[in-house]
Amino acid sequence: MSGTMTLFVVVALGAIGWIVARARATRMQAEAGRLATNSLPSQHGWYVALWTALPALVFLAVWANVTPALVLDSVLQAPAAQALPADGFTRSAILGEARAIASGAQAAAFNPQSMTLVEPFRDAARHYGGMGALLAVILAFAGGAYALSRVRPAFTARRRIEKLVMWLLLGASLIAIVTTAGIVGSLLFESMRFFSMVNPLDFLTGLKWSPQSAAMGYGNEDAFGAVPLFWGTIFIGAIIAMVVAIPLGLMSAVYLTQYARPQVRKWMKPTLEVLAGVPTVVYGYFAALTVAPALRSFAAAVGIPGASSESALAAGLVMGVMIIPFVSSMADDSIAAVPQAMRDGSLAMGATTSETIRRVLIPAALPGVVGGVLLAVSRAIGETMIVVMAAGLAANLTLNPFASVTTVTTQMVQLLTGDQEFDSAKTLAAFALGLVLFVVTLLLNIVALRVVKKYREAYE
Amino acid sequence: MADMQHIPNVKMSAQGVNVLYGEKQAIRDVSIEVDLENVTALIGPSGCGKSTFLRTLNRMNDTVSGARVEGRITLDGDDIYGADMDVVQLRARVGMVFQKPNPFPKSIYENVAYGPRIHGLAHGKADLDEIVEKSLRRAGLWDEVKDRLHESGTALSGGQQQRLCIGRAIAVEPEVILMDEPCSALDPIATARIEELILDLRGNYAIVIVTHNMQQAARVSQHTAFFHLGRLVEQGPTTEIFTNPREERTKDYITGRYG
Repeated sequence: MSGTMTLFVVVALGAIGWIVARARATRMQAEAGRLATNSLPSQHGWYVALWTALPALVFLAVWANVTPALVLDSVLQAPAAQALPADGFTRSAILGEARAIASGAQAAAFNPQSMTLVEPFRDAARHYGGMGALLAVILAFAGGAYALSRVRPAFTARRRIEKLVMWLLLGASLIAIVTTAGIVGSLLFESMRFFSMVNPLDFLTGLKWSPQSAAMGYGNEDAFGAVPLFWGTIFIGAIIAMVVAIPLGLMSAVYLTQYARPQVRKWMKPTLEVLAGVPTVVYGYFAALTVAPALRSFAAAVGIPGASSESALAAGLVMGVMIIPFVSSMADDSIAAVPQAMRDGSLAMGATTSETIRRVLIPAALPGVVGGVLLAVSRAIGETMIVVMAAGLAANLTLNPFASVTTVTTQMVQLLTGDQEFDSAKTLAAFALGLVLFVVTLLLNIVALRVVKKYREAYE
Repeated sequence: MADMQHIPNVKMSAQGVNVLYGEKQAIRDVSIEVDLENVTALIGPSGCGKSTFLRTLNRMNDTVSGARVEGRITLDGDDIYGADMDVVQLRARVGMVFQKPNPFPKSIYENVAYGPRIHGLAHGKADLDEIVEKSLRRAGLWDEVKDRLHESGTALSGGQQQRLCIGRAIAVEPEVILMDEPCSALDPIATARIEELILDLRGNYAIVIVTHNMQQAARVSQHTAFFHLGRLVEQGPTTEIFTNPREERTKDYITGRYG
C-alpha cells in the first residue's frame, strides 16, 4: 500500500468513525433525552473522528522520517551490499543512485554497481511501507474503538473538542514564533562562528571591507571592517531615501486628509498605495537603468568628480519613492486620528487651513508620524533589490552621493550567492551582517510601535 | 417679525436665514438680533437647529461639506457671507467656545498665545505674556494656573479646560463670543463657575449661548430665543419667555412637557 493510499484510508476511517459515533450518539440522545446528554451528536462524531485519524496521522509522519534509515540498514544487510567499496564518498553515491532508481526518480544507473542494489532497496521499501500502513490502520482502529467506547450521555465531548481546537490554534501561532526563534538562533550560531575568527570590535569599527582578500588567503586581519557598509546603508536608506519620502509622504497625507475632496481622495489614495505593491525588483531596474545613468550624465555635465554609473543617490531616490506610501499612510492615519474638535477649535479662532495644519494638526499627529518614519527607515535599510541593482559593490566611505557605495544587504547577497563553503570567514560574515541588520530593525520597530501606541492612547 | 421689539446696539443681525444640508433643511427662516448689552440664549429640544444656527454666525458651517446658508447675516451691518468678507477675519471677530472643551495638545500658555500669534496681535514676548495673563484673568483661570503655564492644557480638569478655551477665545479680542452648550460636559460646580464668568463677560462682548439647560438660560441670559424643528418659534426678554410665553409650544417646552 502506498503512502498516499494509507493516508486516504486513515482519513476515510476517520470519516466512518464520525458517522458511526454521530449515529450512536443520536440514538443515545433519543433514549436519554436532550438534556441528559452533555454534547451534541456531531461533537461526539468529531471526537471519534479525531481519535481515529490524528494518532494514525502522527504515526505516519514519524514513520516517514524513520523508514529511510531502516531501509538503508536492511539494504546493507543484503548480500549485494557486501561488495560496496569502503570509501565513503563512492559508497554513498552508489547507495543514493540505487535508492533513486528504486523509487523511480531516476531511470538508469551511472554506476553499474547501483543496479545490484535496486532490488534490495525495493524490497526493503515495500516491507517497511507495508508495515507502516498496517500499523497506521491498526492505530486508527484502536483509537476509533477507544473513542467510540466512550460515547455516553454524560461524556463531555463538547469540552474536549473545544480544548483540542484551542491547542490547534495555539500550535498555529507558535509556529510563527518558533520560526522566528529558529532564525535568530541560526543567525546567532553562525555569527558566533564568524566572531571566533574575526574580532567583533574590528568588525563593528573597522573601516576597510575586503572579504575577497580574506578568502584568497591574505588573512582575516583588517578585511572585515563593516563601517563602510553601515555607512552606505544609512546614507541610502536613512538619509537620501528619507529626504525624499518624509516631505513627499507628509505633504501628500496633508493634502489627502485636509484639502482633497472625497471624490479626489477616493481614487488618489489607492493609486498612491499601489506604489507599495510594486515589486522591489521593478524599482531596482528602474533605478539601475533609468535613474542612475541620468544622474551620472548630470554629474558629469555639472563637473562633480567621482560620479559613478551606480550611485547612492540613484538607489536612495528610488527607495525614497518606494517608501512614500508607508510614510503617507501612517501620517494619514495619525492626522485623521486628531479629533475634529482640534481642527474646529483652531479654525474658530480665525486660523487658516494651513495655519491649522502647521500649528495644530501636525504637532498633534507628530508621534504617529515619527513612528511611521521609523518603520519606513527600518524597511528601507532592510531593502535589498534596489541597492543590489543600483548602489554598487564598492565599499566606499564617502559623502558624495554620486559615488558608488554598498550596503549591508548588497554584501550579504554577494557573500552568499554562488558556490560557497560554509566554514570560511567570508561566508560567515553574511550572518554577522544579518544579525546586525536584524537587531537594528528590531529595535527600530519596537521603538516605532511604542511611540505609535502611546500616541493612540492619548486620544482614546 | 412684527412683534420683535427694538434692541439698541445691534451687533449681529440675521434675516430670513435658511440652512440646508444637501436636501435636508435644518433651519427655516430665522431672524434674530444680537446686541452688546445682553446675553442671548438659544434654547430648544435636541435637533431643533439651535447649534446649527449658532455655527452660521461665524461660518463654521463652511467646514461641513454640502452645507448651504441662505438669507442675510450681518456683523456691524456688513454681510458676513458677502464677497468682501474674509472668513479668517470674521472668526477673529466672532469667537467660539465648543460643547466639549477642546484645548490644543500644547501648554496652557501656548493655547492662549495661539490666536494672538496667528493674528499678529502681540509685539514681542512681554506683550504676549501680558495678553496671556489678561485673557486668563478674564477667564477666571489665572490664579489656578499662573505657576504652571507651561504644563499641558489637556492635563487640566474639564471645567478648567473649558475656561482655558474661553480664555483662548478672548485672547484675540473678539467682539462676539458664541458658546455651544459650553457646560454640557461639566459638573455643577464647574458649570457655576462658567456661568459666573459669562455674567462677568457680559457688556464687554456680545454673547450668544446655546443651552439645553432651562435654568441656565434663565440665570445667564437677558434675551431668549426658542427653536423648534428648525424654526425660531418665539423670542423676547428672558423673564418674559420664562414667565409669560406667548406660544403654546414654548410653554410646553419650558414647563418640561417635552424636550
